[in-house]
Amino acid sequence: MTSTEPERPHRLGRFGRVGTALVFVGLAAMLLPFADLGLGRHDPWAELGRMATGFLSPDFTSIEALRWTAVLTAAFAICGVALGASAGFVLAPFYRHGMVRNLCIAIRSIHELFWAILLVQVTGLSATTGVLAIAIPYAGIFAKVFAEYLDEADARPAAAMPPRADLISVHFYARLPLAWREFQTYLLYRLECGLRSSAVLGFVGLPTLGFSLDTFFRQGMYGAVAAVLIIYYVLIGTMRLWMHRPLVPFYLLAAIAVMASIASPPMAPGALARFLTHDIVPAPLRSGDLGDFATWARFGDWLAALLAGQALPGLAATLVVAQLALVVAGLVALIGFPTTVRPVAGRLGAAFGHVALVITRSTPEYMLAYIALQVFGPSMLPAVLALGLHNGAIIAHLLGRQSAHLHESLRPDAPRGIVLYAYELLPRIYGSFLALCLYRWEIIVRESAIIGLLGIPTLGFHVDRAIQEIRVDRAIVLLIVTMLATMAIDWVSRRTRASILPGRLGRNAAAE
Amino acid sequence: MLTFTGEALSYGRTTVLSDVDFTLRAGERVVLLGRSGAGKSTLLNAGYARLARTFPDVALVPQEHGLVPQLSVFHNVYMGRLDAHGAGYNLANLIWPFPAERRAIDPVLETVGLDGFARRTVETLSGGQKQRTALARAIHRGGRVLIGDEPVSAVDERQAGVLIDELGRRFGTILLALHDVALARRIATRLVGIRAGRIFFDRATADVPDDDIHDLYRA
Repeated sequence: MTSTEPERPHRLGRFGRVGTALVFVGLAAMLLPFADLGLGRHDPWAELGRMATGFLSPDFTSIEALRWTAVLTAAFAICGVALGASAGFVLAPFYRHGMVRNLCIAIRSIHELFWAILLVQVTGLSATTGVLAIAIPYAGIFAKVFAEYLDEADARPAAAMPPRADLISVHFYARLPLAWREFQTYLLYRLECGLRSSAVLGFVGLPTLGFSLDTFFRQGMYGAVAAVLIIYYVLIGTMRLWMHRPLVPFYLLAAIAVMASIASPPMAPGALARFLTHDIVPAPLRSGDLGDFATWARFGDWLAALLAGQALPGLAATLVVAQLALVVAGLVALIGFPTTVRPVAGRLGAAFGHVALVITRSTPEYMLAYIALQVFGPSMLPAVLALGLHNGAIIAHLLGRQSAHLHESLRPDAPRGIVLYAYELLPRIYGSFLALCLYRWEIIVRESAIIGLLGIPTLGFHVDRAIQEIRVDRAIVLLIVTMLATMAIDWVSRRTRASILPGRLGRNAAAE
Repeated sequence: MLTFTGEALSYGRTTVLSDVDFTLRAGERVVLLGRSGAGKSTLLNAGYARLARTFPDVALVPQEHGLVPQLSVFHNVYMGRLDAHGAGYNLANLIWPFPAERRAIDPVLETVGLDGFARRTVETLSGGQKQRTALARAIHRGGRVLIGDEPVSAVDERQAGVLIDELGRRFGTILLALHDVALARRIATRLVGIRAGRIFFDRATADVPDDDIHDLYRA
């Protein structure tokens, strides 16, 4: 282990910063022939035209129902984030223990939508499903981030505590207060993510804004779709105005009350026991005698067929989508970032650039993919575009934030416009740009998997099919494959990042 | 009470003091003298770490105070006796301070000249006030031994004398690092000079001539 340490920077140093990007672009080019990028519709422009007309004349006739849906969306988000944060808060002090850390990594590597479709098997389309689908992955994220804040906080107060003071008291008196403000800021940021997650949960049938969006799209009511989107943006955009600290207990109680008011179809008793002891047990083991060798042989065949027939093709498609989307995201970021910088794009251009980036990054990638799919028809194209746009906008936004003061401190005779960008800005931000792309890589892979739920043959597609066929055991295996793929990408990304940029970059990039 | 025999003490990975022979007996008031970086803090930290294991009845005023800036003066002082109660009591007191605890801490704050400051958060205090808070925490903790690293460096000279005398009255055994020689002579029964990674002298205060102390600070 120690012998490989000095080798690492040298080996990756060979690619260099530009080389690393070229490796990714080359990889994407090689994958291009395997990507199904055809237009599923004969005439997407006609459909796009109908959508544009609808979007320009939003139809608020069902505003009463939509208002309640918005309340439900917020309530799911508040309950889910509160529960997730509470669990993360309890887990954070123990995050250094391998078992806790691995548990957190595992639960957060599975997307909220996957949790939702699994939980529906146990708790039905109920409040519990929605809240847990957000809370479980968020708990893993909160635990990690809270643990990092605690580690970064000043350790001296805790060292000055009386020798025999108990650990809980020391934690609450001499560690927690030092990280408390960061906790709160992060919590608010996560609530924004929670609103997005909550809206997207509507696509699997929970009564949030995604459900309304899906319904209106299916009926071709594009005016109503526009109304849903506007309400969604208002909800997200105004969150920091209505979410004030003294009102938090009120919102929490209100959200719980709203959750309690949701009527859900009753589940047969013992659904959880059945799920744990029957549904998720691989089919050959369920019926066979576990002491019999033939049972395990059948299990081996079952697993091999599942891996060869679904997991590997799904994984390949996931990676094709992810690698293409990563390159698109990089391009979008490189083009999008300068449009927000005034000396490059001009005052009006910068304002326009900001609005465009805010809209693309606050629309969940799943929603973007859904809309793109309506336009272009089923192929990898809408997925690549949606993931590329959404993640590119996030990278551009973070670059803009990191280099907010960069162009103010330029020499007075600095050029303007594109020359300024190419000669002054790009060389300075390029390292951060690459690191942010690598951060988003793992997230793009996770999202590529989930977009399969829309019918693109990535891992999510196979998971969804297994669930539809009530073969939860297969879905579990496929989810484990998804989890391992995400963790592998995370590992590669971390090593590459370490060789490109020492030190830490915006945590939000990793968490968003 | 505390004994080092021929030991090497390190700060992180670098050995700062080698061949340390040092003993602290009950009832002694020992002051460490030496240039900054000589190893006084290293000896104090090692002494505290060892005492904490065997003799937890020890109060500490660390170099950077070790205060929690986001909490009130009251809570920071209360932390001195965090081991006197269970976690439940401590947490309840964190959220809603018990009147009994306030009554116990107010006179301590008065002693160090911080009366009326109980509800202020530490981050709003001046450097001198922060140091007084750290002193108040040690006094509130009480016990037989005090270990302090420059505990009065941030308050003015006259106040420093008063506070040092107060510490002398409250703790039977004291081990301090001070840069003010007059103050050291005022409180110490024994002076220990540290120079170039070694203990340069270790004698009763009256037996240390000013020349020896002067030698410590020579280049």
